[in-house]
Amino acid sequence: MSAASVTAAGAGAPIIMDGRRGPLGRLSDLFWRNPRLLLFLMLTPPMLWLGIVYVGSLFALLLQSFFSIDEFSGLIRYEFTLKTYGELFQPANLDVIVRTVTMAVAVTLSSAVIAFPIAYYAARYAQGKWKALFYLGVMLPLWSSYLVKVYAWKLILAKEGILNWLFAKLHLTWLLDAWLSLPIVGGNSLSFSYTGTFIVFVYVWMPFMILPLQAALERVPATLIEASNDLGAPPGQTFRRVIFPLALPGLIAGSIFTFSLTLGDYIIPQIIGTSRLFIGQAVYAHQGTAGNIPLAAAFTVVPVVVMGFYLWMAKRMGAFNAL
Amino acid sequence: MLAPNSNSKVTMTSAVSFQGVSRHYGSVRAVDEVDLEIREGEFFAMLGPSGSGKTTSLRLIAGFEQPTKGHIEIFGQTAEGIPPYRRNVNTVFQDYALFPHLNVIDNVAYGLMVKGVARAERARAAVEALALVQLPGYSDRRPGQLSGGQRQRVALARALINKPKVLLLDEPLGALDLKLREQMQEELKALQQSLGITFVFVTHDQGEALSMADRVAVFNAGRIVQIGSPLDIYSRPASRFVADFVGSSNILPPDIVRRLAGQDGWASLRPEMVRLTGTASDGALQARVVSTSYLGSTTRVTVDADGLRLHASLAAGTPLPAVGETVFINFDRQNLHIMEGEQ
Amino acid sequence: MRFDRHYSGPFGLKLAAACGLLFLHLPILLIFVYAFTTEEKSYQWPPPGFTINWLMVTWNRPDVWQALGLSVRVAAISTVIALMLGTLCAAAVSRSRFFGREAISLLVILPIALPGIITGISLRSAFSIAEIPFSTWTIVLGHATFCVVIVYNNAVARFRRTSGSLIEASMDLGADGFQTFRYVILPNISTALLAGGMLAFALSFDEVIVTTFTAGQQQTLPIWMLEELVRPRQRPVTNVVAMVVVIVTFLPILAAFYLTRDGDQIAGAGK
Repeated sequence: MSAASVTAAGAGAPIIMDGRRGPLGRLSDLFWRNPRLLLFLMLTPPMLWLGIVYVGSLFALLLQSFFSIDEFSGLIRYEFTLKTYGELFQPANLDVIVRTVTMAVAVTLSSAVIAFPIAYYAARYAQGKWKALFYLGVMLPLWSSYLVKVYAWKLILAKEGILNWLFAKLHLTWLLDAWLSLPIVGGNSLSFSYTGTFIVFVYVWMPFMILPLQAALERVPATLIEASNDLGAPPGQTFRRVIFPLALPGLIAGSIFTFSLTLGDYIIPQIIGTSRLFIGQAVYAHQGTAGNIPLAAAFTVVPVVVMGFYLWMAKRMGAFNAL
Repeated sequence: MLAPNSNSKVTMTSAVSFQGVSRHYGSVRAVDEVDLEIREGEFFAMLGPSGSGKTTSLRLIAGFEQPTKGHIEIFGQTAEGIPPYRRNVNTVFQDYALFPHLNVIDNVAYGLMVKGVARAERARAAVEALALVQLPGYSDRRPGQLSGGQRQRVALARALINKPKVLLLDEPLGALDLKLREQMQEELKALQQSLGITFVFVTHDQGEALSMADRVAVFNAGRIVQIGSPLDIYSRPASRFVADFVGSSNILPPDIVRRLAGQDGWASLRPEMVRLTGTASDGALQARVVSTSYLGSTTRVTVDADGLRLHASLAAGTPLPAVGETVFINFDRQNLHIMEGEQ
Repeated sequence: MRFDRHYSGPFGLKLAAACGLLFLHLPILLIFVYAFTTEEKSYQWPPPGFTINWLMVTWNRPDVWQALGLSVRVAAISTVIALMLGTLCAAAVSRSRFFGREAISLLVILPIALPGIITGISLRSAFSIAEIPFSTWTIVLGHATFCVVIVYNNAVARFRRTSGSLIEASMDLGADGFQTFRYVILPNISTALLAGGMLAFALSFDEVIVTTFTAGQQQTLPIWMLEELVRPRQRPVTNVVAMVVVIVTFLPILAAFYLTRDGDQIAGAGK
């Protein structure tokens, strides 16, 4: 049933066309008859790359977390043990994990609160030029350099910086001092406190919350909100019963970013914050100077497990459609 | 002209032939054991409700689908396993599928471009094709800048430039408004006659099928339920489905048929063949007028004869009965058609 | 629908949205001010004076040029690889449904869904196990991995909007698979690919977390900046570099935006 035999059979003007001959034409026929072959060939390079380079490395890392370090020689002992995971539960390490997860939760919640009005306004009221402007207004900070953004906050939060100057001008320095004298959130100055770390985290990751949230809100038909208002629901109730549930997938999609990015970051707390470690810093320190790769690997498993659980939850709530 | 008796085997060349063709998707039988002969040079319509298998049949001819079972021939050559780009068959798509990144002239010339025809030569051919579909002077526009009717003409020119042996049209008039649709029907018919190309036309609009086609195949549930000339299909529907789907018809159950005509089986009686009289005649059904609706050239009268709802289509100028009035139903016996397709 | 086109929302909401946007933009604007300050030793506000002197100083710094060169090289190579892999993946996922399709989209998203530090340390330990010495290519290996998803997302969105009947129309008119790709598919997805490529470039150009693990002793521009942030030596030069980085990353983002804007996003923009 080859094309050639059919064309040969045709008398006079061929009905089944000759088409393009040559190797490319034959290859095209082959793909047309075996779409699975084409699919396989298309998927092979990306799957090889992601499968070998990425997943392979992840497994190599996971494997290392089951080794341990010899306390006397400082060398890695290549035998299977759960000892390293046990070390995670030492008070000092547990402290790091709790601190990081708490920060991630706080950052995610605050980002959601600040992001919501922007996303809601952009989705429901902004039109035409303003809509494009809003979109750019979120896209530009999102894509602009991470380090530059952190650097900007180092400038802002510095003792001689703009924020302290502003508080002084407003005669509110006492308020700032009162805040800084609080336990946990306080510190020597804003750039050496959890408050500072928190502000920068929220700033840097917030655009990642706005975009999926806006995408989800765009999909809420305005008529639905009007219907709810028509039926006599007060605005608060419309928000709780109609808008919020429909925006939830976007909120979750956004929180995947803010949560995950905060969990794994080691640069912001290093530059702005106290000397207490976050997971990312612990990983960096253990694999670098301490040379304790197994413990570093075990530490990285924490965000993976947390995120895995989070993604599983998000998938169940249909958040991936809003990405 | 075509012989009214469609089941006599004709010796004309067959443009497209289906032999026991089926296309299944899992357990869904989109096309089920279809036999079909489309003759060279005819305007052939595939008519049916959505999901009846007419579009799948068209896609089988174009090569976008492969039969699960059976054999397809195009001008005597086996079509299975031949990719669409090797078939000298072209399609006008329902959504026109004009290439948005190309202007009108490049859209029309696309088929020649991929064949390697020189630029000047294909531009000349494209202008010619655009003139053929009466759309000159739009060469540089993008499809997005055209109206629905203009897009339709571009799609037609693009399909015709390859000089196909068979032109497939998938609901090509569906997106146009009524006035334009009627105009395009006439133009398509004229075009087909002047080019002599076999046209295969898919539609769910029975008026379109009847007015344009030389022959019509009525599809239902993946099968062809009747093939014939428009006159055949309209006046001698093979089954209740055809009678009901093609035009509107009064369907008379066997007991009434026996009483009125002395014959067995279900029968169809077109509303325009019904006469309503005020006085009883021999064997006429007695009925009560339920409603009348004015349709311009005709008036549609609904009557009730002992629970059997019947319609009469009365030409303008005929005296109208009043609602509630008792009337008698008359018709010429030859217009009562016994449907062989119904048991 | 909105009944009153001119109603622009409750005042409180407007204020909150405006404050949110200001919060996002003011810090970046501040960078532009600091690039011209005369103050060398601290981050003093308000700046005691303004000068363009530091632009010249930065221009003559070979270490900055070297770091910039490496960053551009890495971003360019990573973008090319990401374009190929991301497009292939998007085409495969959009053109057919097959078993494992969901798993593939998850695998593509994973490198940005998981914290960057995990990608970084994984690659580093893989390099050390496989005894691969650090080079431009080790940086590229990491960057291309997380750039794939950017291209993939852009391409998938475009494939979804491109009508499947265009491909059928092309084949119907006599174009084989390769011609259809060349003359119909590619022109229709090209702007999406260009946009994806630009965003991938911006992402790679800016990346620091994964890079710290895969660069060894090499310095990309972000790593140069990171060192300055941790151990400030030349604050004025850092200020200028920060400003340049902002400008350099804004351009591809703006271009990508204009390439992918579609009808409804800026509907009525001409009015």
